[in-house]
Amino acid sequence: MEINLENVWISRDFILEGLQYSLSLTGFAMLVGITFGTFLAIARLSHNRWISGAASTYVNLFRSIPLLLVIFWFYILLPLITGVQMGADKSAYVTFAIFEAAYYCEIIRAGIQSIPKGQINAGLAMGFTPAQNMRYVILPQAFRNILPLLLTQTIVLFQDTSLVYVVGATDLLGAADKVAHRDNTLVDMYIGVAIIYFTISFSLSKAVKYLHGKIAIIR
Amino acid sequence: MSTYQWDWGVVLQQVPESDEFYYQWLATGLGWTVATALSAWVIALLLGSLIGVLRTLPSKPLSFIGTAYVEIFRNIPLIVQLFIWYFVLPELLPTALGDWMKRDMPLPEFSTAVFGLGLFTAARVAEQVRTGILALPRGQKNAGLALGFTLGQTYRYVLLPMAYRIVIPPLTSEFMNIFKNSAVALAIGLTELTFQMKQITGDYAPANPIEVMTIVSALYLIVAFSVNRIMAFIEKKTRVPGYISGGK
Repeated sequence: MEINLENVWISRDFILEGLQYSLSLTGFAMLVGITFGTFLAIARLSHNRWISGAASTYVNLFRSIPLLLVIFWFYILLPLITGVQMGADKSAYVTFAIFEAAYYCEIIRAGIQSIPKGQINAGLAMGFTPAQNMRYVILPQAFRNILPLLLTQTIVLFQDTSLVYVVGATDLLGAADKVAHRDNTLVDMYIGVAIIYFTISFSLSKAVKYLHGKIAIIR
Repeated sequence: MSTYQWDWGVVLQQVPESDEFYYQWLATGLGWTVATALSAWVIALLLGSLIGVLRTLPSKPLSFIGTAYVEIFRNIPLIVQLFIWYFVLPELLPTALGDWMKRDMPLPEFSTAVFGLGLFTAARVAEQVRTGILALPRGQKNAGLALGFTLGQTYRYVLLPMAYRIVIPPLTSEFMNIFKNSAVALAIGLTELTFQMKQITGDYAPANPIEVMTIVSALYLIVAFSVNRIMAFIEKKTRVPGYISGGK
């Protein structure tokens, strides 16, 4: 059988809409995930046993069950809690933000822990409160160190958004799949999608590698 | 939420119009999950080691093949890879072979899932093995060669035994990942654990999705915890005294 990628080009408008959804889901989950993940990381490092215990339970729980299962959880649970039928496209935003926070948290925690003790003591000696110390001394350095890791995790996240296909959302894969079944062009569509995912992820990971070389702090 | 009818006994109920029970569905699902993950892990470990070693070899073309493999398999989502193996590959192969794959291949979903998941995870294992080899002091390789070992023997008896020990912690995460990732195979119809959960909470719906999802999540947690413990045990047993620090 011949591969005819022109079929992908013909339906480019619909496919691009799907890609746009994938990208916006990735961007939203990254922003919320990193914000929430930062608080989780700080909570995990807290001296209060209840706070650190709660945060590590959250993180370990989400890191132990498959993303696909979490997608089903929220797809079914959210309408039950809110009483609103929101559909796969919307519930995925909540799912990914909550799920990815656990993964970002671990990266950020490693970043915070990599800051030399002297920096923390110096900040406190300057008269910063612990919160100010975190805000002005620790986090800026930590984020600079872990930026490449955060971006790499975001590339993984972008690829993982393809899983929303299973609850029927119209992401890049979902859009291509719908066209494929309408036009009976399964082979072309799946190969086309693979090429699109590869091109985006590969170029982003090359960019991250370049950035890593640029910003690495020489110690 | 207030109208939700809790019933934790739901998995003990009989499936309507059959002589099966829901917990039996979950048990077979768990069986397929474990079988798929373990079989795929064998492929991932063997192929991943080979690719990882290729990437550390002095030969340009060989290390390029290794790099290309890793980049391709890491930058395409798993679900797309499974679709390509399951739906696309039979169309592109010679007709006779393609037809065999579509009609006569034993356990088509299972074989495809094992194969696809294995190749996908191999790229990740390769990266870990490569990191492990590169983490060794250069003197180790030279010492091996100076003792009269061939390059192959140096890898076999000097480098790999140490490299594997160094990368046990990241390999543990990959081993846990392969169990989680096996859930993706539901997209090609493998009746693993998440697929069964979807069946029970879906069309047949005894309308108690929360209880079923909780039980299934607990099963995954137990699997992840067991894998973690087994790997920690292996790590402890294979530790080289004085070389790798700590280990809990």
